[in-house]
Amino acid sequence: MTVLESRGLGKRYRPRWALTDCTLSVPAGHVVGLVGPNGAGKTTLLHLATGLLAPTTGTIEVLGGEPAASPAQLARVGFVAQDTPTYAGLSVADHLRLGAHLNRGWDARVARDRIDRLGLDPGQRAGKLSGGQRAQLALTLAIAKRPELLILDEPIASLDPLARREFLQSLMEFTAGNQVSVIMSSHLMADLERVCDYLIVLVASRVRVAGEIGDLLATHHLLTGARRDAAAVPPDWQIISASHTDWRTTLLVRTSSPIDDPAWTVAEIGLEDLVLAYMSQAADPAPGRTPALEVQR
Amino acid sequence: MIWLTWRQFRGQAWLACAALAVAAAALAVTGLHLAHLYDISGIATCHAHGICQTVANTFIDQAGAAYGVLFYGGIAVMYAVPAIIGVFWGAPLVSREIEAGTFRLAWNQSVTRTRWLAVKLALIGLAAMATAGLLSLMISWWASPIDQALPLAAGPNDHAVNRFTPLLFGAHGITPIGYAAFAFTLGVTAGVLIRRTLPAMATTLAVFAGALVTMSLWIRPHLITPLRATLALNPANINGVANASGGRLKITAFVNIPGAWMLSNQTITASGHTSVPATQACSPSGSFQTCNAYLGTLHLRQLVTYQPASRYWTFQWYEMAIFLALALALAGACFWRVRHGRLS
Repeated sequence: MTVLESRGLGKRYRPRWALTDCTLSVPAGHVVGLVGPNGAGKTTLLHLATGLLAPTTGTIEVLGGEPAASPAQLARVGFVAQDTPTYAGLSVADHLRLGAHLNRGWDARVARDRIDRLGLDPGQRAGKLSGGQRAQLALTLAIAKRPELLILDEPIASLDPLARREFLQSLMEFTAGNQVSVIMSSHLMADLERVCDYLIVLVASRVRVAGEIGDLLATHHLLTGARRDAAAVPPDWQIISASHTDWRTTLLVRTSSPIDDPAWTVAEIGLEDLVLAYMSQAADPAPGRTPALEVQR
Repeated sequence: MIWLTWRQFRGQAWLACAALAVAAAALAVTGLHLAHLYDISGIATCHAHGICQTVANTFIDQAGAAYGVLFYGGIAVMYAVPAIIGVFWGAPLVSREIEAGTFRLAWNQSVTRTRWLAVKLALIGLAAMATAGLLSLMISWWASPIDQALPLAAGPNDHAVNRFTPLLFGAHGITPIGYAAFAFTLGVTAGVLIRRTLPAMATTLAVFAGALVTMSLWIRPHLITPLRATLALNPANINGVANASGGRLKITAFVNIPGAWMLSNQTITASGHTSVPATQACSPSGSFQTCNAYLGTLHLRQLVTYQPASRYWTFQWYEMAIFLALALALAGACFWRVRHGRLS
């Protein structure tokens, strides 16, 4: 079962494509990090997944169904939008009542417990809450409808470090105790590193890499050796980035076969560096063997 | 969804109820006095004595002195209420959710956005129609003695003011219900299309005013083919003699068909000409009396087109139906846009 399956998915805002040729198959049971610089198309992809937007090209299925097509489909997906919108004039308790009235699967006990634990005053208007409290309220609404998939769009971008940690902790407590998949976006890998086990890197409206983080780390290698042409490497190596000094060449390659050329010194790469390497790739790489951006170090 | 709609709307709903209560109290007290003035004026039995114009004029003078401000104020309120509903209930309904981003919260509950919009449009639309309908009922009841006396008070030499008069027509009866439904959905549509509250409010007001003016000036007179009549001209009703080309004279005269909406009025000669030969009697040096006496010998006729008083309610129903149909069309546009359009 996949939580998100897209083929040739694209979205155009009049002159500009916000997302192009996005083909993904995200298996269930993961906490998926969607990373990319600002304006890469993360929000567009998540809005397509929640049905807030309709695709210009291609198809997208979420949990096997068309996004937002029916109340049943809506009930299966929880969404916390960017900047965690809430009704400023409604109280915390009103928001819980809203959730109870609009969701058949509403779990009132979970909602109440969370509000109690967060120390939110039920009579407080949402407009008077701090950014962190508002994000927690929005997360509570999304969680208490008991979704199979929780989608969060930059939920912690505007929060202070303490509120970030508390938010992620809430999220982790929820996913640990429930059969739920999560897709959350951020422009900072550091936000996601602790909580995600699956990664999608989106740059300039295209998906650069997607996969389980364990697999990605196992198949990406940082090689250093005597200076040589990046083209003269085995054909099953996908070069993600290459940099040269006068004598040395450093390559980030993706390959599933073992590196047995003794000319290379092999080092493992950290997740953050791996993401940065993909983010700094040229805007429009050809598929397959990637001509890498040359970075002088 | 009904709960959320009510929760978001209840402040405005209570405000509307309070305003209706205040209006009801003010209109009840003054309306009973007005009805009393009408009862003692003798208008009800005036036909038997042939004194209708006199007693009706007395009553209109009395009512005007006591309640003229309230009468015209009521008309102003009846036009203002649909406009206010469109601007303050309609325009922000969706645009405020777009501006605050809360539609993303609302549309990700287990309720389709079509249902979300349908409940909001239906409940608040009905509230809008009920508000305008109740207010119009009160004001129409209040003004009914004046509406009844106006056609009687108008002499043959007066410009007929009656409930067909464009300003009065839209302020009494059932047309305000159609106006309110139209203004509300117009506001919602403007909000959905423009996506910002203030410009949507301004657009709503401008388009609503334009629609009312267009309706009353250019469309309403033609909703039903007017009646045509050729009436013998009473020289006493002549109010204008003007030089026309070819040394001829053009005659204009009042005509009054009680309670009717006069659309056109042309003076013609027995042979069908629209002007009469110039004569010494009607030269600038001659007197009005000699001229009128001369014109009286010509057996002039008046060709008039008009909508008779009996068509008043037919016109009211037509106009309400037209605006309800427009409201439905706009609601359809909102649904289409919310389902297929990009709001963010």
